[in-house]
Amino acid sequence: MSELKSLSFSRMVARRFKKDRIALICFFMILALFLIAIFAPLLAGNKPVLLRYQDKMYFPAVFKYRQFVSTDFKQLAAGLKPPDYALLPPVPYSPTEYNLLAVLSPPSHEHWLGTDDRGRDVLARMVWGSRVSLSVGFVAVGIYVLIGIILGALAGYYAGWLDVSLSRLIEIMICFPTFFLIITIIAFLPPSIYNIMIAIGLTGWTGVARLIRGEFLKIRQSAYVEAEKALGAKDLRIIFRHILPNALAPTLVVATFGVADAILIESALSFLGFGVPPPTASWGDILSQSRSYIDFAWWLASFPGAAIFITVTIYNLVGEGIRDAIDPRLKEI
Amino acid sequence: MEQLLKVEELKVGFQTEGGFLCAVDGVSFEVGKKERFGIIGESGCGKSVTALSILRLIQEPPGKIFHGKIFFDGKNLLELDKEGIRKIRGKRISMIFQEPVASLNPVFTVGSQIAEVYRVHEKLSRHEAWERALEMIKLVRIPDPKQRAKEYPHQLSGGMCQRIMIAMALALKPELLIADEPTTALDVTIQAQILELINDLIDRLGMSMILITHDLGVIAETVERVMVMYTGLTMELAATEEIFDRPLHPYTKGLMEAMPGRGLETRAGRKQKLYTIPGLVPSPLDLPPGCPFQERCPLVKPHCRAAMPPLEEKAPNHWVRCFEVKKT
Repeated sequence: MSELKSLSFSRMVARRFKKDRIALICFFMILALFLIAIFAPLLAGNKPVLLRYQDKMYFPAVFKYRQFVSTDFKQLAAGLKPPDYALLPPVPYSPTEYNLLAVLSPPSHEHWLGTDDRGRDVLARMVWGSRVSLSVGFVAVGIYVLIGIILGALAGYYAGWLDVSLSRLIEIMICFPTFFLIITIIAFLPPSIYNIMIAIGLTGWTGVARLIRGEFLKIRQSAYVEAEKALGAKDLRIIFRHILPNALAPTLVVATFGVADAILIESALSFLGFGVPPPTASWGDILSQSRSYIDFAWWLASFPGAAIFITVTIYNLVGEGIRDAIDPRLKEI
Repeated sequence: MEQLLKVEELKVGFQTEGGFLCAVDGVSFEVGKKERFGIIGESGCGKSVTALSILRLIQEPPGKIFHGKIFFDGKNLLELDKEGIRKIRGKRISMIFQEPVASLNPVFTVGSQIAEVYRVHEKLSRHEAWERALEMIKLVRIPDPKQRAKEYPHQLSGGMCQRIMIAMALALKPELLIADEPTTALDVTIQAQILELINDLIDRLGMSMILITHDLGVIAETVERVMVMYTGLTMELAATEEIFDRPLHPYTKGLMEAMPGRGLETRAGRKQKLYTIPGLVPSPLDLPPGCPFQERCPLVKPHCRAAMPPLEEKAPNHWVRCFEVKKT
C-alpha cells in the first residue's frame, strides 16, 4: 500500500496508460511513424545508403559529396565491381524522381504501391510525405498550445476585465469556420509548409485557451496558491511555476487530438491545392492527384488515404488513452 | 511593551449576490513585539478575513478593505504598492493555514517548496536554498530530513505537512507569524505537538504571533491576550487569564460554558448535557439594528435592540462591547 501511495501523479498516469493495450500499441505505432519520418532518406531515395567506391566509404543518402554532385548513382551502382559496392535504400526511388516510361503503373515488384501520373514512386512519396504530416501536426499544435496556455492562463488567473475581453475574443474566434479561415490566411501568405503550420497554429488555440482558463479559475482559489502568495511569490512565478504544472494534464489530451486534426487539415489543404508547394510530397497531395485517374488508378487514392486514416485514428486512440489515464475518477491504481 | 502591529478601525467587505457584506466591521487591536495574540470566534465571524487583510490577501473583487489602517513597524501596510507588500509577505510577516496538505503544491517535493522561499526572497542558488531547506526541516523536528525533503505532499501526513508549512513560514525568520487555525484539520494528539512546536520556535526566534482559532483550549494554552469576535465585531478584548477567570461579555461567557472540560468542572459530578448558546448567528447580510448578539443574549434589554453598544474599557485593560456589563 505504501509503495503504491508513493507513486507520483505522472508515474501513476504512465502506469494506467500502460494497462490500456490499444492505446499502448497506438503509441508505439506513432513512434514507428516518427522513425519513418526521421529516417526517410535511408528508406526511400535514389542515393545509396552506403557506397564503397575506390577504397573509400561514402554515405550519399545522408551527406552531399562534391565529387558526386552530378552523379547518377543507379548507373554508378550498376557499373561497380567488387570490392566496391552500393547499398540502395529499400525503396530505391526519390520522391521527385520522374520516370515517364512508367506512368501510372499499378503496384508491382518494382513499384510496390504503384506510380503516379509522372511515373513517381508512390511509396517513396508517402515515406517522405510522412515528414510533412508529422511536422505540421506537431509544430502547429505546439504553436497553438503555447498561445492557448498564455492567453488562458492570463484570463484565468487575473479574471476580471482581462478574462471578459479574452473570453469574448475566444468566442469570436470560435465563430469563424476554422478551415475557411485557414484557407484565407494561406491565400495571403506565400505557399510553404511553415505558413500552413502558422495558419493552423493561429486559428486552433481557442480550445486550449478555454481549457487552461477553466483550470486556472479553479486552481487560483486553492489553498496552495494562497499560501504561495502569502510567501511573497510574484504573479508570473505563481502562474507558470505553481499553477501551470497542475493545469497541464487535460491540455495533453486536447493536444493529442489536435495533432490528428492538424494532419487532417494539412491533407485537406494539400488536396485542395493550397498545401505544400510541389514537388514536395505530402499525403494530401498524392490524394489530390488521384482525382483525375480515380477510374482505374485505385492505388493512388487508397494508400495515402489509408495512411491519413490510420495516423489520425492512432492519434485519437492515444489521446483517449491519456484521457482515461489522467481521469481522477479511475483511481484504482 | 514595544508595539509591532497596530490595526485601526479595519473594515472589510465583500460584494455578494445578496448585496454588500461587511465581514469585518471596525476592528482595532495591537500586537506587541514577542507577544502572542489570539483571535477567537465562530465560523464566519471575520477572524480569517482580519488575518488575510493584514497581508492584503483579500481577493479584490469581490472583497475590499474599505476602511482602516494597519501599521506594521510604523508603516501602513494598506498604503504599500503591490511590490512593497510582496516583499513583506513571507519575509517579515508570514502565515500558516488551516489545511496543511492542500496548502502545499501537489506537483513539487516539499523540500523544493521550502527552498523556493529562499530563491524568491534571497535569490540563493539552487544548492544553497536546498541546504537551508534541509536545516528548516530539521528545525521543525521531522526525522530523516534528507529523505523527507524529496517526498511529495500527498506522501506525508497532515501533521508532517503542517510542519513543512511552518518551516516555509519561518524560513526567513519573520517578525510576525499569522497562524490561521493551524491545528483545526489535525488529530487531537498531533494538535498538541504542533502547538508546542509553534510555541517553541516562536520563543526561540523571538517572534510575535497572531493565532486564530475557534478552540478555547488552544487559546488558553498559547496566547497572552485574546480578542473575541462576533459578526465582524470585537466583543471582548483582554489578557487571556483575565478572560478565562472573569469573562464579562455574555457571548464570551456562553463560549466558556460550552467548553466541555470547563463545563464539567463547574458542575462537578452532575451529568448534564453540554451547554450551547441558544439561537443561530444572524446572517451577515441581514444584521438586526443594535447589538448583533441580542437574539441569543440572556441579558437583552430594549435598548440593546435600538443601538449598537460601544466597545468600552469595563475593567483595566479589559474591553467589552455590552450595555449590560457594569464598569468595575
